[in-house]
Amino acid sequence: MSQLDTPRTGDAVGYPDAAARVRRGGAWWNDQHVRSLLYQAGVLLAVILIIGWFASNAMSNLAKAGIATGFGFLNREAGFGIGENLIEYSPANTYGRALVVGFLNTIKVAIVGCILTTFLGTFLGILRLSTNPLLARLMSGYIELIRNIPLLLQLFFWYALVITFPPPRQALNPIDGVFLSNRGIKVPGVVVDDSHWWVAGAVVVGAVGTYLFHRWSKARQAATGQRASILPAAAGLLIGLPIVIGLLVGAPFDLDVPELKGFNFSGGLTLSPEFAALLIGLTVYTAAFVAEIVRAGILSVNKGQWEAAEALGIRRPRVLRLIVLPQALRIIVPPMTSTYLNYTKNSSLAIAIGYPDLVSVANTTMNQTGQPIEAIAIFMSVYLTLSLLISAFMNWYNKKISLRER
Amino acid sequence: MTQLATDVTSAKNLIGPPPSQKETPLLRAWRTFFGTPLNGAISIVCILLLVWLTPKLVNWFLLDATWSGTAQDCRKGAGACWAFIGEKWRVMLFGVYPAEELWRPTLMMALFMAMIVASMFKALWRKELLYAWAATVPILLILMAGGIFGLAPVPTNRWSGLPVTLLISLFGLVLAFPLAIMLALGRRSTMPLIRMLSVCYIELIRGVPLISLLFMASVILPLFLPTGTTIDKLLRAQIAIIMFAAAYLAEVVRAGLQGIPRGQYEAADSLGLTYWQSMRQIVLPQALKMVIPPLVGTFIGFFKDTTLIIIVGLFDFLFAVRAPLADPNWLGFSTEAYVFAALIYFCFCFTMSRYSQYLERELTPERRR
Repeated sequence: MSQLDTPRTGDAVGYPDAAARVRRGGAWWNDQHVRSLLYQAGVLLAVILIIGWFASNAMSNLAKAGIATGFGFLNREAGFGIGENLIEYSPANTYGRALVVGFLNTIKVAIVGCILTTFLGTFLGILRLSTNPLLARLMSGYIELIRNIPLLLQLFFWYALVITFPPPRQALNPIDGVFLSNRGIKVPGVVVDDSHWWVAGAVVVGAVGTYLFHRWSKARQAATGQRASILPAAAGLLIGLPIVIGLLVGAPFDLDVPELKGFNFSGGLTLSPEFAALLIGLTVYTAAFVAEIVRAGILSVNKGQWEAAEALGIRRPRVLRLIVLPQALRIIVPPMTSTYLNYTKNSSLAIAIGYPDLVSVANTTMNQTGQPIEAIAIFMSVYLTLSLLISAFMNWYNKKISLRER
Repeated sequence: MTQLATDVTSAKNLIGPPPSQKETPLLRAWRTFFGTPLNGAISIVCILLLVWLTPKLVNWFLLDATWSGTAQDCRKGAGACWAFIGEKWRVMLFGVYPAEELWRPTLMMALFMAMIVASMFKALWRKELLYAWAATVPILLILMAGGIFGLAPVPTNRWSGLPVTLLISLFGLVLAFPLAIMLALGRRSTMPLIRMLSVCYIELIRGVPLISLLFMASVILPLFLPTGTTIDKLLRAQIAIIMFAAAYLAEVVRAGLQGIPRGQYEAADSLGLTYWQSMRQIVLPQALKMVIPPLVGTFIGFFKDTTLIIIVGLFDFLFAVRAPLADPNWLGFSTEAYVFAALIYFCFCFTMSRYSQYLERELTPERRR
């Protein structure tokens, strides 16, 4: 391709961007480049005018109604209680702290839920692929049922179910140590004291050690062809080390089993009725979508891949791990990203059943302070940040596992 | 050579004749359900589950259910209390709509459903269908709102129940769709500013929960308008739904636009068509046809999401179903009400999802095998 010195006027036919740069003669307003600038200027002007109009209306409306603006309210006393909190909170704390409590509640349900959903959904998706028609039909019926009923309706249903559990004295006891009552769901917890920081530290050290071992064994395999099994090392570092450290510092390894004392339970972990209903509802609903994603991912891997791997004499678990799963993940990861995002966003339905998540706390805040713009801006930007973070992480991961073509 | 030949023959004798190709249906069934130990175990677990579950469900739903009578009769029975639904179905379907005018939402829904069913036939996809919809929509609204032709006016704060759910979904889709097309085209535009604005809008809306948009529309939107302007509550929620739907539909449309080979764009350009001509006559018809199945899928999502409007105090179907739960004479029958609501939502969504699968087969005959 030789570059011409004179402007090329003959190739106006072609891609729009190439055409835009070429003057076809005639008046300047027929120039595509100029026109595109004009259009953009027009749109920009319109957007600015609309936003400006909204803003000026908002200013005058707020001034007339005597509503304060700004985020000063964050430092004022909230004066309302929050049913469950991960950090210390009392009505005497500020609105800012109340919102943080709500945010942490959102994070709590999102993290626990996304993990549970992944396992449940993967399990259901694999079951649905079963060659046994009975199981496959049962699963597809279940998935269709869940997917075609609004989430909010399901949440109401679970909440109604959870609060009709009997009072603590007649609590249902399906498994040892688990009690279902109208005060919530009680499960055994672990006794935690300060010495557990050592155990937590040991887990971190173990994780780092496992990662280093993995790198070393990969490098050695690349160099010598010998493979060191990672399983014993990982087990030793991740499980053995914390146990040894725990025994050394004398950390208690007792289970804290809930017990009925008087009219309520003592000990154990409590899932409040609201949290339990939200978690069950969201997880059951989202798992049905995850199941479909997993199924599609596994089906997308060509059967020939299984056969080729088996022909090479690789054992089946290893085929799944080294050949099928990496290819299936490429299909699975992008829709899973949006599923995790949806889970987090859908957790805002908590407000309908009274779980104090961010939206619910912000709603109380704006009703009390009369500053809806600020309160809504806060939770919208929090969700937006979360969305961007999750999708940035998943994009990074997706890029890491994506097909590298030469 | 001979050695090899003898080997082959002896091997053949060892292997024996191939098994019979014929299999009785019974044998095949046995093999499908109990072919391997694992398969057999799975079948047995499934059968046990069904044997345990089916009688419970049948008893609750049918055999032990109370079909008529009062709440006292229901409490005596062990099954579902369908008498509750029988007593309250009008409220559950139509909410607080004036009781003496119930024929109007009923007729509205009948007309609506008739139009939907008609639109589902591919043979009827012609211009006339669009005209028919254009004529029907005002009739639907007149039936609901009244005020002319001697119909008593019914303010929107009395609109409730299933009609509201249907109307919100219909207008949400119809009005969001043009906006979605503009956004999708904008996102693929060569003009950087237009592209940036479209991307910002789409990502902003998709990044926040629908609830926050509904809050924004119901609480903040009035503040953004000149003092003294009031805007109907239902209309505000409708605006939020439209804005929300447009962003999601735009991404579906964009997928379709990306699926059009570049040659189509270039061919249109080489014919000297303007941008809008080539989009309207060459690109969009092909792109939209490709994405009809995912569009239906997205629409099922919106239909379910319209339930969220009850959080900002509007009366859709789910609200109407919950209203009678507070009746002191009929406390404790929430499960029946939710089952009733779930059944109706399921009918709508399941029909739509089956229809989208049918469309997928119909519209892409080249992919059928």
